[in-house]
Amino acid sequence: MRYLITLTRTAQPETPPPAELMSAIMRLGQEATEAGALVDQSGLRGLAAEVEVVGGKLTVSDGPFAEAKELISYAVYEVRDEAEAVEWANRFMKLHREMWPGWEGVSRVYPLMTF
Amino acid sequence: MGSVDPIRTVEAVWRIESAKVIATVARMTGDLGLAEESAQDAFVLALESWPAEGVPANPGGWLTTTAKRKAIDQLRRQGVYEEKLRELALRPPPGPEPELLTLIFTACHPEVAVEGRLALTLRLLGGLTTAEIARAFLVPEPTVGQRVYRAKTALRKVPIELPPAEELPARLASVLEVIYLIFNEGYAATSGESWTRTDLCFEALRLARVLAALMPASSEAAGLQALLEIQSSRLAARVGPGGEPVLLADQDRSRWDRLLIRRGLEALARAESTGVLGPYGLQAAIAAVHARALTFADTDWARMADLYRLLAHVAPSPIVELNRAVAVGMAEGPEAGLAILDGLPLTGNPHLAAVRGDLLERAGRAEEARAAFREAAGLTRNAREKALYERRANPGSS
Repeated sequence: MRYLITLTRTAQPETPPPAELMSAIMRLGQEATEAGALVDQSGLRGLAAEVEVVGGKLTVSDGPFAEAKELISYAVYEVRDEAEAVEWANRFMKLHREMWPGWEGVSRVYPLMTF
Repeated sequence: MGSVDPIRTVEAVWRIESAKVIATVARMTGDLGLAEESAQDAFVLALESWPAEGVPANPGGWLTTTAKRKAIDQLRRQGVYEEKLRELALRPPPGPEPELLTLIFTACHPEVAVEGRLALTLRLLGGLTTAEIARAFLVPEPTVGQRVYRAKTALRKVPIELPPAEELPARLASVLEVIYLIFNEGYAATSGESWTRTDLCFEALRLARVLAALMPASSEAAGLQALLEIQSSRLAARVGPGGEPVLLADQDRSRWDRLLIRRGLEALARAESTGVLGPYGLQAAIAAVHARALTFADTDWARMADLYRLLAHVAPSPIVELNRAVAVGMAEGPEAGLAILDGLPLTGNPHLAAVRGDLLERAGRAEEARAAFREAAGLTRNAREKALYERRANPGSS
């Protein structure tokens, strides 16, 4: 079964992301690849534009956006069940908690439709 | 909003980690059966303690340490621990290669009969139970139990290590074959009604991904991964609403899984960049020709015919020739395809008769075509195929 796992930041500390967090994330990605589970991923280069419909009116805005809650990255996992997808998200978030004090965020696990 | 069931978390961790745990203990003790039992014991302990105490920071490490301790306890109880320690001291220390790879090569060892390799691989690497394997292969559970037992017995005299360089090509071929057979077992009979069959395809695809990630320099490991990614991309499209098979020419290509196709093409590019394509890489290249065509009519048949010629060279077989006849028939005309069929040692093969029927029909030899389809219908044991051939033997009568 296929799952989309997103990462959204909700609170950003003053400190830059520690190098050890980056290498730990790389290691976890390698582990998930060697487990045959991680099948696609990408970081987002920020928000480029919003195209919105409100009250029958279409608005296009192209920023800059001062979003506190920012979508940072996504990953696609192919695993045997939901609990496994949640476990990978759990490991990913644990790294953030342990290695970047003050950082807050949420990982969301969405089952994807496949036909 | 509820919290996640802790038992399910333990099971998920177990499925992710079990093969590595078994692999590590097997390398430590040189005993596959003991390793599997000890890992099971560690899993049971985790089920008892994690829900109350929480999942440890490093769950895989916890399972491995616990399983090692269980294995040592067991050896002590049997009074063979000291002897085992001496024996281990004489052996060269484990190299830096990943334990998981060692386990894959051991489960697929040529000392074990092929059915045993399949069962052991699904059990040790896939974490499937004997009952699940039996359901997937449509055989009684005790049969699978026996296969696993015999496999483990045969492996007692085999050191648990990566094959030496001179044996690597042949040993890798066995690993690739096992994964491919698991996939085909699911693919061949997939009828949409049996979930375990699709699960087999998924498990084989997963194993191919694991192997390719652990052997990044192997062209054929990447080739097999590419082949299975692309084949899997069509799983949904090759079964109709009533469970009937849908041939490649008639599949709704919008239902092909684009993510798997992209991954397949990437893996194929890796296979091409790490060496000359072998049998699996070539089959992947052939599958990629279909994947790249937006419609059946867009298929690059000349390239397909070339690839089949290469495949017939590195892995000659009558079935490859049969497929080559189809490609050549499309690329150069039906008579050229028919010329390849002549003399193929496939008497009694329904697919040969059906391919001949198709080529004859396109050559305008309607009477001979109908006779060939009648022959195909009489030969096949698959009811749905039989219906398809009978329709083509009596065009216009449906």
